[in-house]
Amino acid sequence: MYTEQVMDHFMHPRNVGEIEGASGVGTVGNAKCGDIMRIYLDIDENQIVRDAKFKTFGCGAAIATSSMATEMIIGKTVQEALTVTNKAVMEALGGLPPVKVHCSLLAEQAVHAALWDYAQKNGIVIEGLEPPVDDVDELEHEEEE
Amino acid sequence: MIYMDNAATTRMSERVFEAMRPYMMENYANAAGTYSFAAKSSAAIEHARAQIAKVIGAKANEIVFTSGGTESDNWALKGVVAANAAKGRHIITSAIEHHAILHSADALKKQGCEVTILPVDADGLVNPADVEAAIRPDTVLISIMAANNEIGSVQPLAEIGEIAHRHGVIFHTDAVQAFGHIPMNVDEMHIDLLSASAHKFHGPKGVGILYVRKGTKIGVFMDGGAQEKRRRAGTSNVPGIVGMGEAAQAAMEAMATELPAVQALRDHLIARIESEIPYVKVNGHREKRLPGNVNVCFRFIEGEGMLMLLDAAGICASSGSACTSGSLDPSHVLLAIGLPHEIAHGSLRLSLGEYNTREEVDEVVEQLKVIIPRLRSMSPLYEDFVRNHQ
Repeated sequence: MYTEQVMDHFMHPRNVGEIEGASGVGTVGNAKCGDIMRIYLDIDENQIVRDAKFKTFGCGAAIATSSMATEMIIGKTVQEALTVTNKAVMEALGGLPPVKVHCSLLAEQAVHAALWDYAQKNGIVIEGLEPPVDDVDELEHEEEE
Repeated sequence: MIYMDNAATTRMSERVFEAMRPYMMENYANAAGTYSFAAKSSAAIEHARAQIAKVIGAKANEIVFTSGGTESDNWALKGVVAANAAKGRHIITSAIEHHAILHSADALKKQGCEVTILPVDADGLVNPADVEAAIRPDTVLISIMAANNEIGSVQPLAEIGEIAHRHGVIFHTDAVQAFGHIPMNVDEMHIDLLSASAHKFHGPKGVGILYVRKGTKIGVFMDGGAQEKRRRAGTSNVPGIVGMGEAAQAAMEAMATELPAVQALRDHLIARIESEIPYVKVNGHREKRLPGNVNVCFRFIEGEGMLMLLDAAGICASSGSACTSGSLDPSHVLLAIGLPHEIAHGSLRLSLGEYNTREEVDEVVEQLKVIIPRLRSMSPLYEDFVRNHQ
C-alpha cells in the first residue's frame, strides 16, 4: 500500500519533537477526523528555517508526510518554505494512496500555520501566505474533556 | 509471525483439509448427478448438514448452504421482506451489526422499507425492552447479531427471541462470530434464521449456511437449479460444504476442551495490557464476551500506525480507526458504544484462537509496551495532555 519512502519515513521519522521557544508553531487538523499535525520552526534573523520539528496524531502517511515536510523546509528561507507544496511532499515520498492525499495537504497547512505564527509574532508579511483556516477551537475544546 | 486476527479469518485445520481433499480430487462429481458416482458427493453434503445442525440444536433439513456469512445475511433480510409484504415492510436491527446487515437494511430502505436501528449500551449490548418497544403491527423481521465482530459483546438472544416469537415476528441472528465459539440453541433462543460462515472456525472460505426454521416465510434469493430443495440454487460447493461440516464438529468438540484455554489467554492479555500500559480503555462487556476477543483503545494515538508497527514486529491485528476503514469515520461499532472519535481512532482488536500460545500473548504485550509509548511520543494530543496535567 505504501512506497518504500513512506515506510522509511514512518519507521524512522525525522525531526520528531518540540522546539523550546520556537519562532513559530502551527497546529492543524482535528482529532475527530483522526489527524492532527503540529510543526515547530526555529527561524534565524535572515529568515532561514534553522530547524523544524513535528508532532503528529494520525496514520502512517500522516507521520511520513510530516517527517518529509520538515526535512524539505530545513535550510530554506521562509519564502522558499512556502513553495514546499503538498504535491512536492508527495512526490518526494514516491506517491501516496488516493485516500491519503489529504495527509500531505495537512502537512502543507501545518507548515503554513507555523510560518503564519512566526510572521504574526514578528510583525512581518510573507508574500502569498494565507492565514490558517483550520478550526483550532474545536481541537482545544476536544482536548479538555 | 504471530496471528491474532482470528475474528477476520482463521487458519484451516489439518483435520478439515484432510476431510475436504477427496472432494477436490477423486470425488469431484456434481452432487446433482444421477449416477452412483455423484451419490458420494450428495451423501457427503448430507453428512455435513447433520454435523452443522447439531452445533445449534437444529434439524439437518433446516440448514441451507450458501457462499458465506454475507450471502446468508443478505438473504435473511431481503428474503423475509420479499415473502412477507402482505404483513408489512418494517424491520428492526441494531447499530452494531456487520455491514452485511446494515447495508442490506439500507438497500431495503431505498426500496421503501422502514428500518428501526436500535442503540446499544456502553458495553455494546442491545436492551431487549428496546426491541419489544420497537415492534409494530407491520414488523416482519428482527435481526440482532449473536456476538459482535469488533468488541465481542454477546447479545441476550434468548430474551430477544422470546419477545420476537411472543409478537409473531421472525427472528434472525448473524452468528458469524458466535457459531462454534459459544453454545447456541435455536429452540432455546427462539431463532428462526441464523447466519454462519465456515472460515471463522477453522473451515474453508467461501462457504456458509443460513439456518431456516421449518415454516419460516422467506423468499428465494438465488434463482437457478434445484439445489438445496430449490431454496438456494447453484452447483453445490462439495469440498467447501464437507469442510464446513468437519470444522463445525471440531468446533463443537473444542468448545468444551480448547475454548476455556483461549478465554484464559484473553483474560491474561486484557489484564496485562490494563496493568502495564496507561490510558487504556477495554471495549465490550467484560463477561458477556466472545472467548477470543480483546478490544482496547489506547488514548492519544491512531490505529493505523499501531498496526504498521505491530506488522513490522510480525504481529497481525486489526483496528477500527478511520485510516483502516477507508473513510474519515472510525468504526460504527465504537461510535455506537459512545466513544468519542479521537478515542475510537486508537482502537486495537486482537482476536485469539486455539493456535495462539501464552508466549505469543506475552510477546504482543512486550511489543505494545514499546509501540504505544513510541507513537505517544510523536502525538501532539499526548504532548498537550502531559502539559495540562503537570
